[in-house]
Amino acid sequence: MEQAIFEERRDQIHRTGEGPFELACNRDSLAGAVSQRACVFCGSRVVLYPIADALHLVHGPIGCAVYTWDIRGALSSGPELHRLSFSTDLQEKDVIFGGEKKLKAALLELIERHQPKAAFVYATCIVGIIGDDVAAVCRDVAAKTGIPVIPVQSEGFKGNKREGYAAACKAMFTLTGTGDISDISPISINILGDFNLAGEIWIIRDYFKRMGVETVANITGDGRVDDIRRAHGAALNVVQCSGATMELAKMLQEKYGTPFIRASYLGIEDMADSLYAVAEHFKDRDPGIVERTQQVVREELAVLLPQLKQYRKDLEGKRVAIYVGGAFKAFSLIKAFRHLGMKVVLVGSQTGTSEDYEELAAICDPGTVVVDDSNPLELSKYVRELDVDLFVGGVKERPIAHKLGVGFCDHNHERKEALEGFVGMLNFAREVHASATSPIWQFVPRREAMAKASKGEGI
Amino acid sequence: MSDSPYVSTTNACKLCTPLGAALAFRGVEGAIPFLHGSQGCATYMRRYIISHFREPMDIASSALGEKQAVFGGGPNLKKGILNVMSKYGASVVGVATTCLTETIGDDVPRLLAEFRKEFADLPLPEIVHVSTPSYSGTHMEGWHAAVAALASQLVTEKAPDHRRVNLMPGLVSPSDLRHFKEILADFGVAATVLPDISDSMDRPALLDYEKLPAGGTTLADIRAMSGALGSIECGRAVHVVESAGANLENRFGVPNVSLGIPIGIRETDAFFAALEKLTGVTTPAKYINERGRLVDAYVDGHKYVAGKRAIVYGEEDMVIAMVAFLAEIGVKPILAATGSTCKNFKAALAEVTAGLLPEPPEARLGVDFHDIAEQAADLAPDLLVGHSKGYTYAKAWDVPLLRVGFPIHDRFGGQRMRHVAYGGAQELFDRLVNTILERKQEASAVGYGYL
Repeated sequence: MEQAIFEERRDQIHRTGEGPFELACNRDSLAGAVSQRACVFCGSRVVLYPIADALHLVHGPIGCAVYTWDIRGALSSGPELHRLSFSTDLQEKDVIFGGEKKLKAALLELIERHQPKAAFVYATCIVGIIGDDVAAVCRDVAAKTGIPVIPVQSEGFKGNKREGYAAACKAMFTLTGTGDISDISPISINILGDFNLAGEIWIIRDYFKRMGVETVANITGDGRVDDIRRAHGAALNVVQCSGATMELAKMLQEKYGTPFIRASYLGIEDMADSLYAVAEHFKDRDPGIVERTQQVVREELAVLLPQLKQYRKDLEGKRVAIYVGGAFKAFSLIKAFRHLGMKVVLVGSQTGTSEDYEELAAICDPGTVVVDDSNPLELSKYVRELDVDLFVGGVKERPIAHKLGVGFCDHNHERKEALEGFVGMLNFAREVHASATSPIWQFVPRREAMAKASKGEGI
Repeated sequence: MSDSPYVSTTNACKLCTPLGAALAFRGVEGAIPFLHGSQGCATYMRRYIISHFREPMDIASSALGEKQAVFGGGPNLKKGILNVMSKYGASVVGVATTCLTETIGDDVPRLLAEFRKEFADLPLPEIVHVSTPSYSGTHMEGWHAAVAALASQLVTEKAPDHRRVNLMPGLVSPSDLRHFKEILADFGVAATVLPDISDSMDRPALLDYEKLPAGGTTLADIRAMSGALGSIECGRAVHVVESAGANLENRFGVPNVSLGIPIGIRETDAFFAALEKLTGVTTPAKYINERGRLVDAYVDGHKYVAGKRAIVYGEEDMVIAMVAFLAEIGVKPILAATGSTCKNFKAALAEVTAGLLPEPPEARLGVDFHDIAEQAADLAPDLLVGHSKGYTYAKAWDVPLLRVGFPIHDRFGGQRMRHVAYGGAQELFDRLVNTILERKQEASAVGYGYL
């Protein structure tokens, strides 16, 4: 069993309670290890994807654009330009002679056709190699068309997803500070790092509205270019997710002095805490806000808690493995599972930082496996060894769980179920319950064998 | 080359070359696909393939970073293969290049030769390499290139003659492959299906997570392909420099028959005729009966589908095969579109529709969904035929979509959809007629209970 672990990755796995906590992370994926990670381009694409009235042009061969075509569950309340997949589809002759001309022609063509509010141009691996001056083409086209045309330096090989987040933030930062902010309320926020999967941002915006808080820009779920241009006018940035938009919040703080707080809308405490933190921030300017916030939380919990109880009855004691893209989400998930009486035995992410992992280890029970940048061999080893009942992850983790006869909850950017907010917690519980308690598991060979073994029948 | 009037691409009607190669390598027993490039490519393709097959798809990567992109990916390639050997115990490693490594100029054959020399003391797996720059070609072309690489690099000697038939099936479903094997078995010959993803991409529930899924063409069978009765290669648009079948014929004199993917009566008749000729066995009664039932169904259902106008899109081989099928049931394929720029597409369409249609459907190469959509308004189709990516268009035009090919990730069971031979056509025909009946019933104010 042990041989599932690559020698060079030994220091990227830790079992809490066994020696001092140290975990190597944020390093390049090991060649041949079948990492679950994507690339820089992926990081940028994830962050900017939901800006619905912008043109997102992927400059490169067809693959990068086609694999990210409408795979997110990010909804828009208006334009849906983000759901189309635009590419320069570089061909051999472009690679030889350079792709700048094609890029320019493609941009002009697409901007004329769709009249977007702005265009983002993603540089892929090959563009970095052939040395196209994407920034120059963007400047040129911006001058011709009168809209912002923004290069995103997201060459896939230049690091991991985190670098992609940073590139996306840099790109967006060029938009901020360009819109009129004269009519923005002093009790106002930007929602950063939420992608409006299955309409989640609408749930969150509604809470803030009930609290009396104006939302200036959603960055980036249900995002609009003109809102981002005004983002510097908000009094506070509320940042969800560990990596995706933190850079932008920092840049806004530095340039415009806008403070930021971190938030999470997953689970009961984190959702409530996030609302209270915003209320706390504004309570001097708006003394009624704390009470209104309590009211919102009270109303929501009155609906949620009795229903949760039902699910908890069946789920109590079940064991969970969490492997997600960003580490921050894992914190909320651990807490959410506690509400369901479930025990997290493995937690890992593709892009966590050492601080993330340290904090994660601190809130986990002893014996929990913490892992960075994992792969199918390791994950399947631990699912078996830790006798997991439910796995939380994305599309690539799903077959690992299913092959081992383990329930699964989709918790990635592709999900089509809203899992945020108080109502999201209920959806989450429902999904976890549906999978973890399905009768089908008793027919799965591994479970059948385990059942026989526990009856002393041998395997 | 391309029929598209635009420079830009919107909603591509193709996938990138290395994806096809990675999938094809998965059809060899004990093989692990290995992409020489940056980590993201492997991850994206895994995600994409998993969404269709709902099976694990481990693709290793040399995970090149910035340094390697500048100084060359050789060390990562070698290290990656060693890691895959030690942890996966792969007996075959299928290395496919990406746009990155093609452009930085990594000489993969030389790197692999060095690798074999450097680690000659280790029990090395077979390493097959294929050049699949994603700026040239489509996933179909990557698939065919990988199949050709398997044949040319693994079949090194003339094997003693035996009664097996090589079948290069093209990119069809695991269910199709199982049906192919059943047919060949009924002809009394064993089939070497290359590649064979019928098991590896549609696994039963088992006791454990398999590092390397069982199934796939065995190395021994691949090596013995040079001694086979003959080869049948499916896909009228195969346009690699030298296909697997051609290679085996040129080097070892294994007769090669090149056919379309056998969907529908005419294309399947040709397939059975080729089998009869290669094996000297007459078609078993079972298939004569299947053919008879299919003709009977065509007759019973012909009026429901008569004159319906269909737009067909997707992988070139599949488009040609579907056009052949639609033409013979009286559906009018009005546009055959593909993202590929393969040369023999138009000629193949003319051939498969000869005698069935007054003229072949309009063929468009190198197009995306935007191009198809622009024309569709004038064409006023009743039906779309192709993979899942056409869904948004079908929804916008309020016409049904008959899902065939790859990828099918907005429906369940893509890997179990059967298209080939008389039985496959039967399933397709039933599905098609029922789709049209359902539409008719739903659109009717009174909703007839008998149709």
